[in-house]
Amino acid sequence: MEYTTTILTGFVALYIFMLAAFTGFEIIGRVPAILHTPLMSGSNFIHGIVVVGALWALLNASTPLQQAIGFVGVLLGAGNAAGGYVVTERMLEMFKPSDKKKG
Amino acid sequence: MNAALIIDASYFLAAFLFIFGLKRMSSPVTARSGIVVAGVGMVVAVLASFLYTLDVEEAARPHLTTNVILAVVALVAGLGWAWWSGKRVAMTAMPQMVALYNGMGGGAAAAIAAIELFGYKAHAGVGLGLAVLGGLIGSVSLSGSLIAWGKLDGRINKTLRLAGLQAINGTLLTVIVGLGAYVVYNGGAVPALLLAAFFALALFYGVMMTMPIGGADMPVVISLYNAFTGLAVGFEGYVLNNPALMIAGMVVGSAGTLLTLLMAKAMNRSVSNVLFSNFGAAGDEGQGEIQGSMKPVDAGDAAINMRYASKVIIAPGYGLAVAQAQHKLYEFVKLLQDAGVEVKFAIHPVAGRMPGHMNVLLAEAGVPYDIIYDMEDINGEFKEADVAIVIGANDTVNPAARTNKSSPIYGMPILNVDQAKQVYVVKRGQGKGYSGVENELFFKDNTNMVYGDAQKVMVQMIQAVKSLDGGH
Repeated sequence: MEYTTTILTGFVALYIFMLAAFTGFEIIGRVPAILHTPLMSGSNFIHGIVVVGALWALLNASTPLQQAIGFVGVLLGAGNAAGGYVVTERMLEMFKPSDKKKG
Repeated sequence: MNAALIIDASYFLAAFLFIFGLKRMSSPVTARSGIVVAGVGMVVAVLASFLYTLDVEEAARPHLTTNVILAVVALVAGLGWAWWSGKRVAMTAMPQMVALYNGMGGGAAAAIAAIELFGYKAHAGVGLGLAVLGGLIGSVSLSGSLIAWGKLDGRINKTLRLAGLQAINGTLLTVIVGLGAYVVYNGGAVPALLLAAFFALALFYGVMMTMPIGGADMPVVISLYNAFTGLAVGFEGYVLNNPALMIAGMVVGSAGTLLTLLMAKAMNRSVSNVLFSNFGAAGDEGQGEIQGSMKPVDAGDAAINMRYASKVIIAPGYGLAVAQAQHKLYEFVKLLQDAGVEVKFAIHPVAGRMPGHMNVLLAEAGVPYDIIYDMEDINGEFKEADVAIVIGANDTVNPAARTNKSSPIYGMPILNVDQAKQVYVVKRGQGKGYSGVENELFFKDNTNMVYGDAQKVMVQMIQAVKSLDGGH
């Protein structure tokens, strides 16, 4: 049987949103303050996934206006993802414990 | 294999890796690997998305080659620029860079909404409503983050203070929401001009919302816009039937909201207070005259006093980072440690420009994170400290926050440096702090001021201790 994508509407979408919201809440809830900035930056990177949606929109563009907006969308989304990654990685790279004991 | 199956499986994998990565990022021990895990998820999702080319909408088929070229160019350009700029930005400038990248994400979400709305593609009902809402939030996040970036980067120095600004903004938002509701009510079949007005006003609202907010509150605002972008991405994910966007967006939306609340709490302010009232606008009068005078002391003398102390606590602030003195400071700390002095760092939740920013700056200088303490953990220890040294911090050590009810910073938790036997304050000049409030600490009997650029002061301190130890 041919595979088709499930359409996520109504309550299915609501369930996804609800569970995702709880997940985000739980992960951040127990974080030490020293990681707040890297985590803000890390979550900033994760919403860079928007580039994937912009890609879809651009590939399905059929007018010059749509192509222009789509181009800008992919450009911005890629910037969000790549910039978010580099900055977060640079920050986290520096977290090292003292030699004598591990944190 | 079916392309749709590969895409869906890749998105599932990406969503898992994002959540798993974020979880690993929430502990200092595993944080480094967390971002790599999440990064793998991103690469997988982006690569899989090129399978979309196998099945595009009827109307887009003649344009497919052009669109693919455009997509590759945009990807490479965006990625290249961001990678380059992210690698070379100084650690002190990190908060505004996060703001900038965040604004770009909001812009991308708004762009998706724009294509859906201008192309009349979104399905009437919930999908259309979320497309409009995501477009609004994404646009506000884009322009608001750009203003935040400009302010933190020192490009915008004006803080807009207008009588009746809140009424103007309220009206503006009502008009925007009204336009959005009109679009949804008409099933999206509205003139393009009206849609353009909707997006233009949303962008303008982001500017108007951010302009009145002072620099000290910017971290909270950036965190809020981070949550905004997440929400916008989640909503556009619904419109595109893309679970990866829905999950990642909503996770960030809620995590960002919580992070915003935590930050606001650390500054003892509510989020609505940050957004709708002007910090420092009130309270200039009635602060009362401060008794005493500021007593300067030579950097070398202060250093030698610390060398013979048994316990020293350091309270660093943004001024330390601005002077790029972290490395010299750590060199000095190591000299003290070699001399048997117990040295600890005390970090106020909003030291630097964001919670945790100071930790990053110290980590950059190689300071191990186990001698760095959060405010709650170390505040009880100041009583036992022989010396507390404040470097480039001001509002976060101002006792007025405890005692002076008329002070704008009243109620904000502070570091109890004034309880140490001796306090040194390293400061460039006699100016006030970010909030514009006079600091009582500087006038106390047990406080001495070391005037000068933090880096030069640290060099003098290092020399003083070295000449002492080398000379006997």
